[in-house]
Amino acid sequence: MKMERINWFQWSSPQALYPLAGKLIPWFAWWSAVCITAGLYMGLLVAPTDFQQGDSYRIIFVHVPAAWMSMFLYVVMAGWAAVGLGLKARPSFMMAQAIAPTGALFTFLALFTGAFWGKPTWGAWWVWDARLTSELILLFQYAGVMLLHASIDDLRRADRASAVLALVGVVNVPIIYFSVRWWNTLHQGASISMTAAPKMAATMLAAMGIMALGFWLYSAAVTLMRVRSIILERERHASWVQMERVS
Amino acid sequence: MQWNSLNEFLAMGGYGIYVWPSFGVTAVCMVWEVLALRRRHGAARAALVHPSGTMDVTS
Amino acid sequence: MMQMGMTGAVLSLVRRDLLLAWRRRADVATTLFFFVIVASLFPLGVGPEPAVLRTIAPGVLWIAALLSCLLSLGRLFAVDYQDGTLEHMLLAPQPLTALVFGKIAAHWLVAGLPVVALSPLIGLQFGLSGDAIVILSLSLLLGTPTLSLVGSIGAALTLGVRGSNLLSALLVLPLFVPVLIFGAGAVASSESGMGAEGHLSLLGACVVLAIPFAPWATAAALRIAVE
Repeated sequence: MKMERINWFQWSSPQALYPLAGKLIPWFAWWSAVCITAGLYMGLLVAPTDFQQGDSYRIIFVHVPAAWMSMFLYVVMAGWAAVGLGLKARPSFMMAQAIAPTGALFTFLALFTGAFWGKPTWGAWWVWDARLTSELILLFQYAGVMLLHASIDDLRRADRASAVLALVGVVNVPIIYFSVRWWNTLHQGASISMTAAPKMAATMLAAMGIMALGFWLYSAAVTLMRVRSIILERERHASWVQMERVS
Repeated sequence: MQWNSLNEFLAMGGYGIYVWPSFGVTAVCMVWEVLALRRRHGAARAALVHPSGTMDVTS
Repeated sequence: MMQMGMTGAVLSLVRRDLLLAWRRRADVATTLFFFVIVASLFPLGVGPEPAVLRTIAPGVLWIAALLSCLLSLGRLFAVDYQDGTLEHMLLAPQPLTALVFGKIAAHWLVAGLPVVALSPLIGLQFGLSGDAIVILSLSLLLGTPTLSLVGSIGAALTLGVRGSNLLSALLVLPLFVPVLIFGAGAVASSESGMGAEGHLSLLGACVVLAIPFAPWATAAALRIAVE
């Protein structure tokens, strides 16, 4: 295989994406391990106890990065879906398909850790807060995209249909967030605020940032791992894949 | 360092029962995802070696 | 459809769909009956306490309206898909988005408007005051078009897929959340003296946003489904 010049269309084939992903995965994986270790060290051992919430606040070191990733990954998934629809590029659809389960996992983790933070902070496992409710609906949307993809046998159609759904969802997320927040303030008054710690110590912010970076790197590594499996499963009759099995 | 002893660290100022499940479940999910993906990739490669193998994903 | 203008084509499509619906009156009646039954089950489940019923009435009516809309969405494109009319629509000289808009309009006239018309009756069952009933019906009048518009995307995406009705419901229900919140909230807001204008204008904003966007997405989904 000759690679003489950098041509973006070169990446628009699964054949090119497969080895590229293989090269990138170790890099993302190691740096994510480094960042998450550093973030855990700072968050659990160095950061001071919050004077209002005590040590329960340390949950936000996983909760906030997970929540960020859940939303970020949805937007990235929709972005790949849009590229796929616009350029009719199969690898873009494969990337979108590879992102969805990781995004759903982070959405679940954001909800789970949110409940464990809410119990000591608000005294309830679940509150119909705008962010929690939007996160729950985000989980439904991830599930919808994955279910739609899984329900259509024709992969070409499955790719494109779930891409349209992902794009429709990305328009809806802000509307849903706004509507739920509005609904929530009407029903409860602004008595509950997620930003219970108005001033966060610098070490807290640093720990959260490093954890978020670690989760981002993790998502990249995991997505590329999944896209490699997807490529092998889908293209296993292609001649280059048959060559791959020798290597 | 915030903590004087391991017990104090594990107790998390009395919030240990909330803090550790959060970190634990997150860790379990993330490690599980990586392991599951390695298995999936291995299975996909195995299906290449035996093209008539158990993996049946129509392309 | 020879050399027909866009408006003419859309209107004739609406007329055709209304005529088909009239021929299958039983289908329309089923949807309406479903709406009434779902709404009537709630007092039996929750208890006949008038104050409780008055509080939950807007939410119950709205959820019953969502469900009955979902029930009828399955038929939106399925019949045309089976008998080949849909392929004809895709090849028609008029833009598909406009034709899809006609289909959605016909769906709302058949499935949405009757629910709006029946809602005062159910409102009375729940002991709502006259003002509350007016606002509830108004909110349904403004909100149900959005349900038809957004729901058509789900119907098109799942066209011809096994278990399409249930799948379409799963895809579309999360997208209905804003309409549910603004719609059911309108009555509560006016009861508490804050006025329903805010809610109703937000419902209006939802329709205005959905009118250009939803038929376009639905048309894209139909092309994907039929290709």
